Amino acid sequence: MRNAPWLGTLTVVGSGAAALTIILLVVVVMANILIGGWDTLSWEFLSAAPTEGMTAGGVFPAIVGTFLRVILMSIVGVPIGAITAIYLSEYASQRSIFARFIRFAVNTLAGVPAIVFGLFGLGFFIQFVGGGMDRAFGDGVELRWAQPNLLWASLTMALMTLPVVIVSVEEAMRNVPRELREASLALGASRWQTVYKVVLPNSITGLLTGGVLAVSRGAGEVAPILFTGAAYFLPHLPNSLSDQFMELGYHIYVMSTQSPDVEATMGIQYATTLVLLLLTFSLNFAAVYLRYRMRKRAIA
Amino acid sequence: MRSSDLYTRKFHVSEFLAEKLIAATAFLSFAVIILIFVFVFREALPIFSSSEPATHDEAVQEEVETYGEEALGEASQLRAAEEKERRAGSIEHVEGNASLRNLLSTDWQPVSGEPKFGLLPLIVGSLKVSLIAILLAAPLAILAALYTSTFAPKRVKEILKPAIEILAGFPSVVIGFFALIVLATFVQDLFGTMYRLNAFVGGVALSLAVIPIVYTIAEDAIAAVPKSMTEASLALGATSWQTALFVTLPAATPGIFAAVLLGVGRAFGETMIVLMATGNAALMTFNVTDPVRTMSATIGAEMAEVVFGDTHYNVLFLIGSILFIFTFTLNAVAEFYIRRRLLRKFRGG
Amino acid sequence: MRPIIHFLTLSIVAAATMVAQEVITVKGSDTMVLLAQRWAEVYMSKHQDVTIQVTGGGSGTGISALINGTTDICNSSRPMKTSEKQKLKQRFNSLGVEIKAAKDGLSVYVNEANPVKELTIEQVRKIYLGEITNWKQVGGDEARIILYSRENNSGTYVYFKDNILEGKDYAPNTQSLPGTAAVVNAVSKDKNGIGYGGAAYGRGIRELALKADESSMAYPPTAENVRSGAYPMTRFLYMYVRTRPTGSAKAYIDWILSDEGQSVVQSIGYFPLR
Repeated sequence: MRNAPWLGTLTVVGSGAAALTIILLVVVVMANILIGGWDTLSWEFLSAAPTEGMTAGGVFPAIVGTFLRVILMSIVGVPIGAITAIYLSEYASQRSIFARFIRFAVNTLAGVPAIVFGLFGLGFFIQFVGGGMDRAFGDGVELRWAQPNLLWASLTMALMTLPVVIVSVEEAMRNVPRELREASLALGASRWQTVYKVVLPNSITGLLTGGVLAVSRGAGEVAPILFTGAAYFLPHLPNSLSDQFMELGYHIYVMSTQSPDVEATMGIQYATTLVLLLLTFSLNFAAVYLRYRMRKRAIA
Repeated sequence: MRSSDLYTRKFHVSEFLAEKLIAATAFLSFAVIILIFVFVFREALPIFSSSEPATHDEAVQEEVETYGEEALGEASQLRAAEEKERRAGSIEHVEGNASLRNLLSTDWQPVSGEPKFGLLPLIVGSLKVSLIAILLAAPLAILAALYTSTFAPKRVKEILKPAIEILAGFPSVVIGFFALIVLATFVQDLFGTMYRLNAFVGGVALSLAVIPIVYTIAEDAIAAVPKSMTEASLALGATSWQTALFVTLPAATPGIFAAVLLGVGRAFGETMIVLMATGNAALMTFNVTDPVRTMSATIGAEMAEVVFGDTHYNVLFLIGSILFIFTFTLNAVAEFYIRRRLLRKFRGG
Repeated sequence: MRPIIHFLTLSIVAAATMVAQEVITVKGSDTMVLLAQRWAEVYMSKHQDVTIQVTGGGSGTGISALINGTTDICNSSRPMKTSEKQKLKQRFNSLGVEIKAAKDGLSVYVNEANPVKELTIEQVRKIYLGEITNWKQVGGDEARIILYSRENNSGTYVYFKDNILEGKDYAPNTQSLPGTAAVVNAVSKDKNGIGYGGAAYGRGIRELALKADESSMAYPPTAENVRSGAYPMTRFLYMYVRTRPTGSAKAYIDWILSDEGQSVVQSIGYFPLR
């Protein structure tokens, strides 16, 4: 049987068919959303708020909410991720148990379901930290921080996307040639100086890639913000960290399941989906491009 | 040898501080895992400690104060009176007790005069949907990975890789939306299923989210098979498909197994897709075309409105704990057992 | 990026200048958020000195906010639960004040291809309890009935359970969907489906006429029938405050209950109190 030619054909054709199926699936989903959303997508759709009971208008508040959230998320998540990557790549020795624990933690973190992060955000940030803040600063009656808001949603998301940043930055640091470090150390630079002046500048693309990938992942994830800050409809844009916000992914969810008139809003639903897809795609594309440049430089 | 081994000579206080600071930040990832563990469990804990369900007899007696009743029209007044009567007669919301027997029952009716928190249909639901997803995704993804790393012409590779990246970049709510609007109708038209939203539709949609994970890790595993092994096989006169099938694939098996495990973990924890596409009926059946309610969708649907500190709230956190333990275990197995075997195999240790 | 910064500065300035104004916060039911928003808009256009902030989040969220002191007025599509009243009492020594703000007619819908045109409340109950499982039993085709319901966190679910199902549990094969739109969408694509929820305009479905009992007439959920009380499945939409309203909140609530406020109700698809 190991020589049977039909088995060879089957292997090649079978695996090729599998590859083709995946490509087709992607094309079908993309085409469906593109066709469904194209007509509704317009400048006005991007720049207006929902009107007439969310059956008309645009998604501007949701776009703003998404942006605010990913920016806050990056401000917190990218530095922490980068420093962790510096530790894993530059400081920890491979045999160190501590480093192994951290590596394991990062991998585990990557596998924790998004909804569990949501529960964590509710239990830790909102109830514990927020509740503590209210007890410390507030009058004990009025709740300001112990409720879903922009800050807690962003922090929850930052923790969730931490592994993405770490893996990406660490890979970039690995690609920095050993000779550069040796040269720096030979010139009398200390370890931190070497990291700060040599390794980090040379892995800046990796840092960017990590940040962009994290943003792309974070922008599309809805489950963790279901009960940590997203709102169905807000007449005002958020203007403080303790405000709730509208969000693109959540908007898709509520529009497709809770809008008062499904038929009339079908175009809006598709167009919102298209906006979210375009957003995550352009981010992913940027990440792919950055990584491509980074790898090319590493080879050169 | 690793770059870190270069640094062994100098010692400065500032350097020492920098290192400690960096190590402390790195420790955060570990701390977060511990915190998730602690805080998700903490909210689930009251289930095991509370013995008596709270009763609210005294409050029921008191009349609710109303305002502006005079604004009601005649018909509304009648309706209000009716409602008041019904409210007085009904046993009001009961917190319910989550005894072990209740938790292991087959009914999920958390909002009820006598709340039933049977987790079994939810666990069965999650397993059913994950199984369907992985049975569809794993063969496709593994074969495609094998194809890209062994047979694929460069041109095809250049299409497939970005396609996978795009698939990985689909937010789950987008896949859920597609499943809800398009896929469900397609499947019902194709198979004539009684329920439009069911476990199968959810599984198919979920497989879209699982494919990129399995593919990426499986491809890594296949690429990690030492060149010396495949080249030896080819040198002995084996064809490329024989090498792929009888040398590369077996050598990469532990890695592929890890890929499947992580794929199951992703499927098990995914929320938005199943929330939107599976019909969410807590049925305890093994029929793939029945609607199904998964653990993650239950949390997603019910948490936002539950009264904090209520038994229902605690039970939802218990479900979260189960999800966490399950995915944690899968990860740990994939991490320790499989990776170590993989290394030993290639190093011949 | 710049427009956002721009916007942030603007809103900070706006917030600073607003301090002098009376601010009333309203929070709660997503069913009511659009109605509350419209009320606020109309009211603010006439009373420049009052700012009303409306947010949704759900009835439960609104009631929690009322208990926690983060909102002045809470919108709810269901009456407050006893446990919630107790919590309110613990904190503010008040069981809350209930205001019936508008009426909502709940509809039972079927696919437009379904020959069934009317049902009694009794039949609806038996269908959702799983005692009637075939359309033939209520005068339709020989086909299994596919049940669609709202998620158990919604006020609509609770209302339907308490008032139509007499507090009993839904049949286990009832599919719960996260919103009225999802139910309408499901029924419009499922020719044996039945669902319930707020008034819906979707294509492909038909709202059934309902009979209070076997002997009475069947009434479709029209504005007239809901207002007259002939249509048997109506509910109130509530507003809750912690204590008897005073000052600007009282003025606002009184306005909502006035003819002017009630005329807004209809434009959103709900029904006035009289």
